[in-house]
Amino acid sequence: MADSPRYAGLRRALTFWRRSIQARVVVTTLVLSAVVISAVGWLLLRQTRDGLLDNRVDAVLAESASETLAANTRLTQTPGTDTDVGSQLDDLFDPIKERGAVRGFEVVLAGPVGSGKPLTAGGTRSTPGLAVASVPEALRQHFDVVADPAWSYTTIQVGAAGGDVQQGPGIAVGSQINLKADGETYVLYYLFSLDEENQTLSLVNRALLTAGALLLVLVAALTGIVTRQVVTPIRLARRVAERLAAGELQERVRVSGEDDLARLATSFNQMASSLQRQIRQLEDLSRVQRRFVSDVSHELRTPLTTVRMAGDVLYDARPDFDASTRRAAELLHHELDRFETLLSDLLEISRFDAGAAQLDIDDVNLVDVARRVVDMTRPLAEQRGVQVLIQAPGRLCLAEADVRRVERVVRNLVTNAIDHAESRGVLLQVVCDDHASAIAVRDYGVGLTSGETALVFNRFWRADPARARTSGGTGLGLSISLEDARLHGGWLQAWGRPGEGAQFRLTLPRRAGGRLRQSPIPLVPLDSMDSLDSQELV
Amino acid sequence: MNVDLAPKGRVLVVDDDPSLAEMLAIVLRQEGFESRVCARGDLALSAFREFQPDLVLLDLMLPGKDGIDVCKEIREESGVPIVMLTAKSDTVDVVVGLESGADDYVVKPFKPKELVARIRARVRRLDEPAHESLTVADLVIDVAGHAVTRNGTPVNLTPLEFDLLLCLARKPWQVFTREVLLEQVWGYRHSADTRLVNVHVQRLRSKVEHDPENPEIIVTVRGVGYKAGTG
Repeated sequence: MADSPRYAGLRRALTFWRRSIQARVVVTTLVLSAVVISAVGWLLLRQTRDGLLDNRVDAVLAESASETLAANTRLTQTPGTDTDVGSQLDDLFDPIKERGAVRGFEVVLAGPVGSGKPLTAGGTRSTPGLAVASVPEALRQHFDVVADPAWSYTTIQVGAAGGDVQQGPGIAVGSQINLKADGETYVLYYLFSLDEENQTLSLVNRALLTAGALLLVLVAALTGIVTRQVVTPIRLARRVAERLAAGELQERVRVSGEDDLARLATSFNQMASSLQRQIRQLEDLSRVQRRFVSDVSHELRTPLTTVRMAGDVLYDARPDFDASTRRAAELLHHELDRFETLLSDLLEISRFDAGAAQLDIDDVNLVDVARRVVDMTRPLAEQRGVQVLIQAPGRLCLAEADVRRVERVVRNLVTNAIDHAESRGVLLQVVCDDHASAIAVRDYGVGLTSGETALVFNRFWRADPARARTSGGTGLGLSISLEDARLHGGWLQAWGRPGEGAQFRLTLPRRAGGRLRQSPIPLVPLDSMDSLDSQELV
Repeated sequence: MNVDLAPKGRVLVVDDDPSLAEMLAIVLRQEGFESRVCARGDLALSAFREFQPDLVLLDLMLPGKDGIDVCKEIREESGVPIVMLTAKSDTVDVVVGLESGADDYVVKPFKPKELVARIRARVRRLDEPAHESLTVADLVIDVAGHAVTRNGTPVNLTPLEFDLLLCLARKPWQVFTREVLLEQVWGYRHSADTRLVNVHVQRLRSKVEHDPENPEIIVTVRGVGYKAGTG
């Protein structure tokens, strides 16, 4: 848990990485260019160093060679044998030392060759302040015998008397000289500093680093700008698409220029226009349909009312008629009832089809609804010898719903159940939880096959076409009920088993607009023999 | 059939369909009502003034003037019960009709008996109740005088609104479901359309409550119905 903020940050970064093309392009370009720039910089630096050193070595070798030559010349010119070794060595060393002080190199004179004495032993002359250890050991060993001049890189250590020692890179060149005074061979070491080259190199280094960094910034900025130019129109298009999806059909992408993106925007706009046109057409159709339904409703209902009233007047007066006229009046009366129900069911269905059905939402107690429906259907139940029972909790079972529609659905289910109960009884169950309320209507009659449970909601579907139409239902009842349930965001489902009866379950979300996840009542009744062979329909 | 010489009441029928209007007149006469037909919306108000009916049957779609407007005009002059005849059962139309002042409505095609029952329920008030006086919150209800006063100032209610308030005030301990109110105030049990109750409760509240948004006299009991507040 303590790590969760860090993980959250990481997750946010990952999400950003996944979502932003721009970030991905910029970062990958940056990494690639950093690799290339480092490689190029490294090569460049190496070549510069090699070139600088080669030059310096050539110059140093030439200088030391000329010094040695000059020293040899001086030695040959001085009259030889009478002078002692010490003064002749001074004569040899001092001019070189002075020239070194002017030209910027240090000198060490060691020898004689073959004595095996280390440089630190007495007899070694050197530029004041120079540590004799500056001459590398390998070079010194090279001159243990008579040998050609040689050189090597070294670290020159210069220390002011008693002060601290300064170190710096340098080149040590050695060459041998024959001294006439004792006929021995001495070694002259010239130590040339590389400080200047070192400074040049670090300058180049800094310059390269700066240039590399600037280049990286440039690359980042460039890719940033370029991807932005591409991504911005795409983001705009996305935003417009989202708004279109939200129903703002007049939204369009602004088109500028004639490039690929502009053409994408144009096609996008064309798509949006075409969608808008089609949706408008559908809306117009729906409006026309709705209008038609409303007109038909009004035009049909007025004459039907007159006919209905006339029929009722005749029906009330039937004792005064002769037998056949009386029967005609009765038939007229009954068929008018059927005609009226059929008409209102048809109008209701077409209202659903036109999307004109509206909910009148209120808190509805499903227990009350169940009781009212049972009261209402009592005459029919008594006529069929069916006992209708209610099983309900002793508290409110509320759902935000249109009470008129819910009652219609339940009435429909109960009438159907009574119709098919075959005098065996009907059970109404009301159950609710925090998220949903449900009513299940169970009968123990002929039942339905699992295939039929899918068909019962079809318009004008009848379980058995040859069956007598007993209760005078229109064949639209369950279709209307299903539409009513859907309008509430609820479920109306059927279960059936031949010989065991059927159960219809209406589930409504507790809050209007809420999503149903499960129903408080199982679709397959607990008292049924099986609970496998069931079919759920929404 | 059972034509009485002394009519039970006078009904003004405002409908543009001549057959339906004639049929209505026949049925009303059979039930003992005296009726007159007016076929145009713009003539309805003058017919109303002239005929002085006890109840108006009003079609919503009329030539000359819309039924809703006619309803508002009549309501401005009188609290006479108005029953709308409507071909539409869509919520909006019904609610608009009720809000414009109608007491009740019947949807075409209706059964003559149903219509007569509604008319009777609205006209039965002619039998005067016993002298009685009730109070609810700061309202005083004079049952015999059909008057409601607050601190001596009369509150103007239509007869239906008066009946609704009276029904609630007589049993302030009882919560009335919408269905019970439909039965006791409007006088019918079936085709329970609770919108009727909702709209009229709103209208009554707008007349008697101090703050209709926070009603204290007619209190909603969620999921059940309404009851009279204790003030």
